[in-house]
Amino acid sequence: MTGWLEASFTTQRPHAMAALTRYFRDIEIAEEVFAEACVKALVDWPENGTPRDPLAWLLTTARNAGLDRLRKAQRQKRLLAHHAADLEAVDQPAPDPDELRDDVLRLLFICCHPALERQDQIAMALKIVGGLTVGEIAQAFLIKPKTMEQRITRAKKRIADNPVAFETPSPQKRGRRLGDVSLMIYLMFNEGWSTSGGDIQIRVTLCEEAIRLARLLVTLFPGMGEQVALLSLLLFQHARRDARTDAGGKLVALEEQDRTQWDLSNIAEGSALLQKASRLNHLGPYRIQAAIAAEHARAAASDATDWLAIEAHYAALYAIQPTPVVRLNHIAAQARTKGAGFALAEMAPLADELDRYRWYHTMRASLLEQINDHRAAKAALERALELNPTEPEGAVIREKIALCEKNLRPV
Amino acid sequence: MMYAITIYGEAGVFENLPAEKQEEVMSGHRTLQEALDKRGDFISVKLMPPSTAVTVEPPATADQKPLITDGPFAETKESFLGFYAADFQTLDDALEHARMISSPIARLEVRPIAWAGGAISSE
Repeated sequence: MTGWLEASFTTQRPHAMAALTRYFRDIEIAEEVFAEACVKALVDWPENGTPRDPLAWLLTTARNAGLDRLRKAQRQKRLLAHHAADLEAVDQPAPDPDELRDDVLRLLFICCHPALERQDQIAMALKIVGGLTVGEIAQAFLIKPKTMEQRITRAKKRIADNPVAFETPSPQKRGRRLGDVSLMIYLMFNEGWSTSGGDIQIRVTLCEEAIRLARLLVTLFPGMGEQVALLSLLLFQHARRDARTDAGGKLVALEEQDRTQWDLSNIAEGSALLQKASRLNHLGPYRIQAAIAAEHARAAASDATDWLAIEAHYAALYAIQPTPVVRLNHIAAQARTKGAGFALAEMAPLADELDRYRWYHTMRASLLEQINDHRAAKAALERALELNPTEPEGAVIREKIALCEKNLRPV
Repeated sequence: MMYAITIYGEAGVFENLPAEKQEEVMSGHRTLQEALDKRGDFISVKLMPPSTAVTVEPPATADQKPLITDGPFAETKESFLGFYAADFQTLDDALEHARMISSPIARLEVRPIAWAGGAISSE
């Protein structure tokens, strides 16, 4: 039964960890007793059949294991008399669904603790909610397991020193938690999609885990348009994973991707979710980004892309998120509708702010190429190369530099 | 008699299976589809995850419109994942085909169905 039952444990884990963390007020204990309950299930379920409500079974078993443990510890401390009443073994069904969804959100929110660096927040979510091993997380971040272990231990200590309150959050507080957790999931996906450095461009584990967590949020909060849109956005992006690199691991630009390699089931689900998000009538940044991704997914070929629609979406995104990077993307769409010359003039004011952003330079280079300014294009590419591109990105940039040089040589 | 083989299970568990177990499940489905294809017409339907669902509930009073809520019909442990429908000679024949897609992550129900009209074409 190995493999089958583990998949069920992974599915139950976020809810079980959330309820156990509330119950024991301690993530460490929750992790240990959940693992203990899973070990018991590996023996019990094949013998007695899988329970109809696996979550309730795991929770009851884990709680009783935890209480057993506390009882032993307390007996040693001769404190049992004081707390005997609190330590009755429980045999209660799974907690109230409303309480449970706040518990899961809280657990994710605990991982997003502001005292932690972003990468450590993501690592904590992968470990505690996703149930990945330290080795798997280390592999996803391309660092040594030992280093990862130390970072997780440190992160746990920081969280314990600065606890999050366990009462039911107010609607405003719940909204803020959802926002923070969604951003962490979004960044987890981006970290997998476009690594900050290194040899590999896509780390699928991070993307898949981010999708799993986004799906969890939608299941818990089906009426929240932005979370539905976030899942939609991630699925649209993820659909392109196989087409993004060629057989040799080289990056393939969106325009040149073999669209038959796009995952149609991801696109179909993304479209269904985007329609749901639109029905919920909330226009936030994830919904607009999902709409942009949908335009790309809908186009049968790169030439068939509706750039006017995409430009309008970016204008709307810039209105609520006026950052230079959003503006740059808006200009990239304008380059399609209004030409390279127009786009180059529009991007000039961003030069200082985005000097350290390598996409600014690669985009500028490709526009300069279009107006046959090979010398300036080459300089822009060389600047991009100085900004620590990933190995596959670097390969593409070097190839383009060679092409500029060829174009510069007198015929 | 037309029978439906309906599939129930916990949404998301399949995605959490290791690759070789996923393959085991998929190969069961391939075997069934090939067997059904040889016999004649059949349909197979896979439902998207419950997170994509919207529910239409009857209005509270006669003068109101049906109530539309986001999310699946009920927050249950098991959800309806998909179904096959085909013409089978006997119940035993239908059960024998259902057995091809039996796995630890699914509960199957075999139930006769009556055709109520309509047609679907897809690529």
